[in-house]
Amino acid sequence: MAVAAGGLAERRPRRRHLLEDRRVLAPLLIAPAVVFVVVVVGVPLIWAIYLSLTDATGGSLSGKFVGFQNFTDAWHDQNFRNALENTLIITFASQAIVVVGAAIVSHYLVRDFRGKWLVRLLVILPWAAPVALVTIAWLWIFDSLLSVLSWTLGKMHLLGPVCGAFGIHGCSAANPPPWLGHPKLAMFSIIVVHAWRILPFAVIIFIAGRASIPTEVDDAARIDGASALKKLWYVDLPLQLPIALVAVLFGIVFTAADFAVVWVLTRGGPFNSTQVLTTWSESIGVESTRVGAGAAISLYLFPLLLAVTVLMLFFARRAQVT
Amino acid sequence: MEVLRAMRRKAGTYVVLGPFVIVLAFPFYWALTTAFKKDRDLYNAQSNPYVYNDGSGHAHWDFWNYMTFHHVSFLFKHTEYPTWLENTVIVGVAVVAITLVLALPAGYALARLSGRWGQSAGVGIFVVYLVPPTLLFLPLSRLVAELGLRDSLWSLILVYPSFTVPFATWLLMGFFKTIPQELEDAALVDGCSRLRALRRIVFPVSLPGILTVVIFAFSLCVNEFIYAFTFTSSTGERTLSAGVPNELIRGDVFFWQSLMAAVLIPSIPLALLYNAFLDRFIKGFTGGAFR
Repeated sequence: MAVAAGGLAERRPRRRHLLEDRRVLAPLLIAPAVVFVVVVVGVPLIWAIYLSLTDATGGSLSGKFVGFQNFTDAWHDQNFRNALENTLIITFASQAIVVVGAAIVSHYLVRDFRGKWLVRLLVILPWAAPVALVTIAWLWIFDSLLSVLSWTLGKMHLLGPVCGAFGIHGCSAANPPPWLGHPKLAMFSIIVVHAWRILPFAVIIFIAGRASIPTEVDDAARIDGASALKKLWYVDLPLQLPIALVAVLFGIVFTAADFAVVWVLTRGGPFNSTQVLTTWSESIGVESTRVGAGAAISLYLFPLLLAVTVLMLFFARRAQVT
Repeated sequence: MEVLRAMRRKAGTYVVLGPFVIVLAFPFYWALTTAFKKDRDLYNAQSNPYVYNDGSGHAHWDFWNYMTFHHVSFLFKHTEYPTWLENTVIVGVAVVAITLVLALPAGYALARLSGRWGQSAGVGIFVVYLVPPTLLFLPLSRLVAELGLRDSLWSLILVYPSFTVPFATWLLMGFFKTIPQELEDAALVDGCSRLRALRRIVFPVSLPGILTVVIFAFSLCVNEFIYAFTFTSSTGERTLSAGVPNELIRGDVFFWQSLMAAVLIPSIPLALLYNAFLDRFIKGFTGGAFR
């Protein structure tokens, strides 16, 4: 076949002939995308690293080289420590909820039932809606005076216990909890919103993972008389694990690198108690115009993202093998 | 017995999925209810917030008599919301066009033409998608300022492909891998050039996949927040993502009904599109590597 194609091409002009060659055509087709990505991702990334090593301030693209000064300054700043800790807490707490939730929802959503189309639509709503906008809906749910959450918990006589769990006393319908105005409650609210918005994506990927298990495996397990629990533990979980992990790692990246949720809900407040690395970096780098220091703060995310990426590639390869 | 077990299984599905669906969809229900509420109903802390009430806080089931379109029309007549919608569509369409021009050939080449190094290039593109905008926005905002694109939609049109191109290339690579090689081989044997085969056979066959990429790349643009927030500052150059949280929320005064309408209007069509193209998305997303 290759011979036939080559034979025909021989009668054509040489330029045409060259375009038929894989070794020429492939790089030619890939190059524009690669060049573009290098220019708009690679260069800024290196630039960010360079800026983090300078004392650059707003309005300039460079500054005096200061070594790792910005990184050590940040490390000794209580606000930064707090932001780093919050980023880790929010990321891992929300993803823990996501894993459990997605495992349950995907298990049931692969079945056929009446109204599945509608259920699936409702499940993916949070994923489809623009983050910065839906977070405003949550801002309204967590309103300090007219919170529907407080109203509902009040009707169920649960306001007291819920507030008590966060160490707040004297909550009542007339005195609703400040969902976003109390450090612990605000962290809780942010975790809820992140878990809520990542869950649909995880469900979808979990379902994809389930679908990739050949039905023969299912049948074999059944014929061998495996109980439902044993099948789950020895067959389904190991086969799904790699792709499930990919979903989780994506969730970690999306949560740790998110700016919109915290910014819309609390702007890092009250008193910087809910700052995360991204909002703190914006606050220093843009609002205080200390670009170098801001870049250093955002780069603290890099080791986490790098670790996640390496893990993801490892598991993606595993998934490919199975 | 079998029937009973099947029924229990069905009931179990609803019982377990029910609470999840309620939590996941609740903010949208809440936004929908709020958008059409009259002020005196909304700000009455005593009345049941889930339904529509009259002035004295009594719930009514004939809600159409107690709702108002006033706040939705306010959004369109007295705010810049229509401009932001328009800007969002302009940016989305332009970015999707750029994305397709760059990602279609790359996705195809990575799926078909390149050997071992193509595999690593594919992985490389995947990794780039994981570099978050929050790491790049500081240098990029300086770059945008240097280019004189500050506070212009062009800044977003230039920068957004930085995440849509890797994303789209990855998805398209997955789609092209699912198209039988024989289809092209037949065309090549018939004397078609490879580029012609690409244009006349491969692209038409993968149209559903390409459409999926168009929808998801567009939604990534609508979704993006930090670039839109830092690159644009004047009201007329905002997109939805940056405009609504920055311009419609002023201090402590919230126009909740208008805000909720502003949230729902882009969300619902996007969700319907997602739902329609979900299976294709999964195929492309996982087809790239996990096969």
